[in-house]
Amino acid sequence: MLELRNITKRFGDVLANDHVNIKVKPGTIHSIVGENGAGKSTAMRIAYGFYTPDSGEILVDGEVREIRTPHDAIALGIGMVHQHFMLVEPMTVAENIVLGAEPGTTAALDLNKAASEIRALSDEFKLAVDPHATIETLSVGQQQRVELLKALYRHARILILDEPTAVLTPQEVEEFFAILRRMREQGKTVVIITHKLSEVLAISDEVTVMRDGRVVGELKTSDTNAAELARLMVGRDVLLRVEKPEAKAGETVLRVQNMVVAVADGTRRVNDVSFEVRAGEIVGVAGVEGNGQTELIESLAGLTAQSRVSGKVDFAGRDITNMSARDRKELGIAHVPEDRHRRGLLLDFDLAENSILGIHYRQPAVTGLGGILLDEKGIERRARQVIKDFDVRPPNPDLPARALSGGNQQKLIIGREFELNPKLLLVSQPTRGVDIGAIEFIHRKLVALRDAGCAVLLVSAELEEVTALADRLLVIYHGQIVGEVDPKQTSNEEIGLLMTGGKKQ
Amino acid sequence: MRDLFNIGLLLSTIRLATPLILAALGGLYSERSGVINIALEGLMLAGAFTAASVTHYLQNPWAGLIAAICAGVLIASIHAIACIRFKADQVVTGTAINILMIGLPPFISGALFLSTGSTPQIPVNKLIPWTPVVIAFLLVFVTWYVLYKTPFGLRLRAVGENPGAADAAGISVTKIRYAGVLLSGALAGIGGAYLSIGQSSLFTRNMTSGRGFIALAALIFGKWRPVQTMLACLLFGFTDAIAIQLQGVRYGGEEIPNQFIQIIPYLLTIIVLAGFIGTSRAPRALGQPYEKER
Repeated sequence: MLELRNITKRFGDVLANDHVNIKVKPGTIHSIVGENGAGKSTAMRIAYGFYTPDSGEILVDGEVREIRTPHDAIALGIGMVHQHFMLVEPMTVAENIVLGAEPGTTAALDLNKAASEIRALSDEFKLAVDPHATIETLSVGQQQRVELLKALYRHARILILDEPTAVLTPQEVEEFFAILRRMREQGKTVVIITHKLSEVLAISDEVTVMRDGRVVGELKTSDTNAAELARLMVGRDVLLRVEKPEAKAGETVLRVQNMVVAVADGTRRVNDVSFEVRAGEIVGVAGVEGNGQTELIESLAGLTAQSRVSGKVDFAGRDITNMSARDRKELGIAHVPEDRHRRGLLLDFDLAENSILGIHYRQPAVTGLGGILLDEKGIERRARQVIKDFDVRPPNPDLPARALSGGNQQKLIIGREFELNPKLLLVSQPTRGVDIGAIEFIHRKLVALRDAGCAVLLVSAELEEVTALADRLLVIYHGQIVGEVDPKQTSNEEIGLLMTGGKKQ
Repeated sequence: MRDLFNIGLLLSTIRLATPLILAALGGLYSERSGVINIALEGLMLAGAFTAASVTHYLQNPWAGLIAAICAGVLIASIHAIACIRFKADQVVTGTAINILMIGLPPFISGALFLSTGSTPQIPVNKLIPWTPVVIAFLLVFVTWYVLYKTPFGLRLRAVGENPGAADAAGISVTKIRYAGVLLSGALAGIGGAYLSIGQSSLFTRNMTSGRGFIALAALIFGKWRPVQTMLACLLFGFTDAIAIQLQGVRYGGEEIPNQFIQIIPYLLTIIVLAGFIGTSRAPRALGQPYEKER
């Protein structure tokens, strides 16, 4: 059906695809797995005409085809749903779906015809969406359906889906898989790029494993298991489960009472939240992204304007409600932000400079005359310490942060914050866009920090991550904590239900 | 005060709003495709000078008008190539074009007519005082139709909002942006032509005196939508007309200084933009060169 033959693609010094061969059989669901940077998205973007390969060929239905632009791919019946949706937000569903393949004449767009065709398609595949709704008003799950409809509207026979479940709740994932199975029944071929092994096993017929730009395994899903796939992806044995002893929770470190965080228009992003975090325990916050987690963590870190926050926050018995970010840090609150590019690093600064962000005004970063000069030796020592303890690669303090992979950037940030010996760690999405190997490492470090007596408040969009790490789990929905569960006793389905506003049974 | 508001004021408002509407609609095509067009001022100057020169030589204003369109497109193509092909900073390129067009017309005028101050006078019967006005108001509705009712308009809006999405849908972001910027050159060229062979009868140095920028302000005030933009232009045209009528008016026995009156339109521009820009949302990709991500 779709075949990549000896595809090679180089970006600068990086060999993204090295003689990649992938063969997708018609009427199957085919997974492509690999760590970040393994080249799986690159290969599929080549198949969709986003990139042109340096060498190699693409075959569709057994014939060699030239695919130079997405337009060519669409003409051959290939559709792609990108990880970050390619939708124009202020426009309607119908407008988005027909974009580039508009019905009617050059002089007049026929949106009514489009709407009826879209209705027919959504009935056929049970993808209910209102053609006249504006994209901005839709949930992420609905937006994804629009993306699928977009491909189907163009008569796609082969659908390439890039990390399609990253943004979905467990319930939505189930529905989504049902849709994929329905598509397979209708004779469509589905290629799904993912790094979640459980999903590979749940949905696909065949799987291709990639590592470092090469295909390292082609397997039937029924013949393999998660451990084997992980070993192929990483190149060594990987511990998939987090191993941690029982928490020995001590005294209360953080006490949040009736916290409200409002945005400019008065909407309460965090709405009357109260909880505690004790020394030596990890408290997880589970929730669909955008339900107030960002605002909660940022206001605890002191990054939100005081006027927008109300309620009371005590840290180790002191009222820190109105304290600045620096003072909080001085007291022993460290923060690993959710977006490492926006809040965590200065990408064009080198690793040494990045390793002292937040302590740039004091020892060991400054020297001389009451600390008006930067202490380059001290900075480098600190950087080398972080690099060594957290296995940041390549271990060169003079490299700009931009030169590092996502996983290594994250290790640098986590290392920097751990180096402060915090009493409380606020950590958001610690392993987003991070390789399996590095995830394992970061998880172990978080557990070690907990066992050293630090209180940890962990937010993650990955349900598996919070349930594996947290000793207690809070579920947040629309800015409110709708439940506290014991992650060992509670099923993902139950938590998922709470995450979407359902009541606990 | 009563004799201030009369049919003359209305006609004057419409005539003064016309070049603004033409330029602002031009800016709309460019900016809706995601390319900032701060060069409207320069494009109008190109149109104004070319229209006056060609009309003088051929004694035919229609030839002048078409030449003005061509000149606008030509200068806009510099902006387009720099911004789209070479991904230059759109504000810098636009500013460069504005500076260029302050100097270039007087220079050519000096070579052709031995006067850098102005082009030769065109006889009144060779002027087109009303046609561009009709064109301008018709174009408001044509633009509305194109933008919301044709595939091209859909693509233009999509490219300005989310070029990545448009690209993924098989649309050439580059082609759409070229079309947008070149259309802005054509329309601003007509706007300029109206100044030199419609409202007056010759080209004078820097005769747009900021109208390109006011058009840009109207576009922002009009939220990048054709009808609202027209209304904004009419508002600016109205203040211009009032300013002209107020000249020579006495207040408390003293004549109001001309300079005060002349600042009214500009002052209004600042007030309107400072007061309302917060509620106006630009096309999301405005000002960003499109590069396929790695």
